[in-house]
Amino acid sequence: MAKPDLMLFEEEYRALQEITGRLAKDASAKVVFLVDKNGQQIAAAGDLQDIDATSLASLTAGNVAATDGLARLIGEKEFSLLFHEGEKDNLHISIVGKRGIVVVIFDQNSSLALVRLRVRKASRELQEIFDRVEARALQETAAGSGFESPFCEITDEDIDRLFGD
Amino acid sequence: MTFINYASREINCKIVYYGPGLCGKTTNIQWIYEQANPEKRGKLVSLATETDRTLFFDFLPLDMGTIKGFKVRFHLYTVPGQVFYDASRKLILRGCDGIIFVADSQAARMEANIESIANLATNLRENGFDIRSIPYVLQFNKRDMPSAVSMDEMARLLSFRNEPMIEAIANKGVGVIESLKASARQILLELQRS
Repeated sequence: MAKPDLMLFEEEYRALQEITGRLAKDASAKVVFLVDKNGQQIAAAGDLQDIDATSLASLTAGNVAATDGLARLIGEKEFSLLFHEGEKDNLHISIVGKRGIVVVIFDQNSSLALVRLRVRKASRELQEIFDRVEARALQETAAGSGFESPFCEITDEDIDRLFGD
Repeated sequence: MTFINYASREINCKIVYYGPGLCGKTTNIQWIYEQANPEKRGKLVSLATETDRTLFFDFLPLDMGTIKGFKVRFHLYTVPGQVFYDASRKLILRGCDGIIFVADSQAARMEANIESIANLATNLRENGFDIRSIPYVLQFNKRDMPSAVSMDEMARLLSFRNEPMIEAIANKGVGVIESLKASARQILLELQRS
């Protein structure tokens, strides 16, 4: 079965955002992104002005997916860490649980060792939140969901309006 | 897999354009990119070879406006059509919400269309989806080609469920938005059901 939709509520979103922000500070990073393995950005922190966050999320997910494919070809489950070294900026990409990817962009104000250390700690906290999100989704599926989705009354007119008709 | 963020009130959906090599998948999203309001579209990312053949994927994020107070964002992806890029195609289907299958109307490409649909079914299954139930639109592209097969014949060869079938000439924009809209409708109505 395909995984169910990823639904984030206020409390979880705030927690993920808070951990991401703290990681950016603790790792002296320029930017930290939390994206999901399908290429959707979940949270971000740092100096985001000059970065195309949407493309970054999509390309990161593509990169991780391709690297996963390579891992399986040589009999590994996955490569949990990718590191790209640039002239000024570096990219540290790591997998969190089944669903998340943490991307840290850093320059000479930090170091690979520091980033690795801080990412490891933050990953544990992020994992706890993701586990909570998943447990809630499973619980809701099992209980037939008492949660009233705002999308249960989407009409054809709503969809036409999206396309400016 | 739709990503719904109740905190920032956003819905993100992933639509994948699938089909045989040179059928016009990239042309579809290039046309959407050119026509879209610059404020609503993101950057078009193309991972292509030097000869403009898709190597990994093309990607276009689109902000569509709001529905029930939620910002709706579509992420459009194409797959590389050439047969030997199958491993990449499989990866791109991960977490998709809907498929637009772009079929090439030229008689000589009918076999390639059929093979590509079979390949899509396999790759969807390996990602945990069922081609008979996932939101799916069938686009008949290149209707202006002299050797284009009739619509009836194409439907007979390529249709396998009650999917929307749309005639298109993607390089002139014919049928492009209609296909996207048909896919969006299916995905959003699916959201309603779940």
